[in-house]
Amino acid sequence: MSTQQALNRKGETMSWEFRDGLIELVLHRTPCNEIGSRSLSDLELFCRTLEPPTQPVHALIVYSELKCGFCAGADLRELYEGSQSMEAEDAAKGVRDFLERIHRVLNLIDAAPMTTIAAVHGVTFGGGLELALACDLIIADKTARFAFPELRLGLIPGFGGIPRLKRDVGNSVVRDLLLTGRSFNTTKAQQIGLVSQVVAEGEALRAARSTAAQLAKFDHQTAVTAKRFIKPIPQEELKQEIEIFCELFSRPAVQAGLKKFVESKDAQPYLP
Amino acid sequence: MPTAEKTLDEILTLAAAHFKVPREKLSPDDDFFKTLGIDSLQALDLLTKLENHFRVELPDYELQGVSDFRTLASKIQVRL
Repeated sequence: MSTQQALNRKGETMSWEFRDGLIELVLHRTPCNEIGSRSLSDLELFCRTLEPPTQPVHALIVYSELKCGFCAGADLRELYEGSQSMEAEDAAKGVRDFLERIHRVLNLIDAAPMTTIAAVHGVTFGGGLELALACDLIIADKTARFAFPELRLGLIPGFGGIPRLKRDVGNSVVRDLLLTGRSFNTTKAQQIGLVSQVVAEGEALRAARSTAAQLAKFDHQTAVTAKRFIKPIPQEELKQEIEIFCELFSRPAVQAGLKKFVESKDAQPYLP
Repeated sequence: MPTAEKTLDEILTLAAAHFKVPREKLSPDDDFFKTLGIDSLQALDLLTKLENHFRVELPDYELQGVSDFRTLASKIQVRL
């Protein structure tokens, strides 16, 4: 077994495989890859393989094998039930700890010494969009739908979404998406420069692999140097985002919003 | 520009095909959540399909409280 194959893992919420200078990270936590404590632990384990990679890796592809989509965002049920089961001060500490950990892994993915590609389809909301934004390229199939719906819960994106979205698109677009909480399709996503390629339904992974094959032709160190030059990590804003999120989380409106979402028997919890 | 009736007819046809339901089982005033047996994530999937087909952008907050095909069609019609 090669060194890279020894790093392969089938986790509870995601799995990864190294092959010929390419890593594929596949998300598979039902119902729709919601990011909770188990996903975070798996991501932390995955990121250890990036620090540094034992062999040169030219690309990482992140994708979902679930029909519903890439990722519906944070595990709101876990967040709500967790915060209800403890004193407010402990809940606040738990939220801060979670945010700091998720920021660490997304910062590692953001700065990874390889080109990272999010191959997305279907629902790519909240934390799911934040995971995609940590990647260098987003390739989307026509079913992909994107949103930052956090304001509907009295929150802002807390996994680094605002600084990273600001890095990629104009501020008026950030204001539109954040303040309305609306979802938008791949046509819009490509128009605003969020998505680099739009492909037919089911073809995002194939297109990502084709792109990764192209990347393999170039000198790895040059590519890593170029990425560091053109893609700054907005460190200060990322820290500010954590502070703002933690401050907002303590408000009663947030608990009410989470309760409504989690307990909804409505057919429309994902609609604004 | 297509008429409102044509838009409605196209929506019913697309919804039937997308969710593999016989076209004749869908009526304009049906509650599409109940008739199609879908949830809000699947409704967003349908919205994407309709936006791509009609080449419009329909903010999903305009669907608040909308649950029948006829009203959905009127929301799309005003953006054509």
